Amino acid sequence: MKIKLFGIAREIVGSAELILPLDPPPKNVKDFKRWLCESYPEFSELRSLAIAVDHEYADDDVILPPNAEIALIPPVSGG
Amino acid sequence: MIKLVDRIDLNEAYQALQHPEAGGISIFVGSVRNHAHGKGVHRLDFEGYEPMALKEMEAIAERAQDRWPIKQLVMVHALGQMAIGDPVVVVGTATAHRDAAFESCKFLIDELKKTVPIWKKEYFDDQTVWVNAHP
Repeated sequence: MKIKLFGIAREIVGSAELILPLDPPPKNVKDFKRWLCESYPEFSELRSLAIAVDHEYADDDVILPPNAEIALIPPVSGG
Repeated sequence: MIKLVDRIDLNEAYQALQHPEAGGISIFVGSVRNHAHGKGVHRLDFEGYEPMALKEMEAIAERAQDRWPIKQLVMVHALGQMAIGDPVVVVGTATAHRDAAFESCKFLIDELKKTVPIWKKEYFDDQTVWVNAHP
């Protein structure tokens, strides 16, 4: 499963894409966020961390579909 | 007109807001400020998750159109490197009367700042900062 990274999330991981090494992969958004914060503690320091599944914000209980486009959305600052 | 661009064209935005039934056009332009947290900013970089940013902008526009009788609507955000004074975002609405134009225009920029996946990096003398990233 490949995860797209932007802004500070890209800098924390050091790459524009993260390949999830987990087998089995996290069952939902909440699980995935827990894994992220354990693997990269700097994520815990952010104001917020959202996950997008196929270009939409996904709640904690959303299951990560294997073929979906998944992205990390750190705190936005457009405008 | 909803799009992401390299450079904001304010004339184009104004033209897109023309409508024969509109008695009022409200436009907000956000630009690059030369300071933040009491320190000088040299330039800004904007990065976007483009397909999702457009989708969010469309969703905000739809909510605005449900709330106000909008004749024309514009949301344009620039991505890439910006210098001091450059326009980085323009939102606007055209409506029959001014109250709806002011209110809906404010709604567009307020909501854009909350949910649209675009990130701003500020370049100071001694460091760079992703705006809003930390509490």
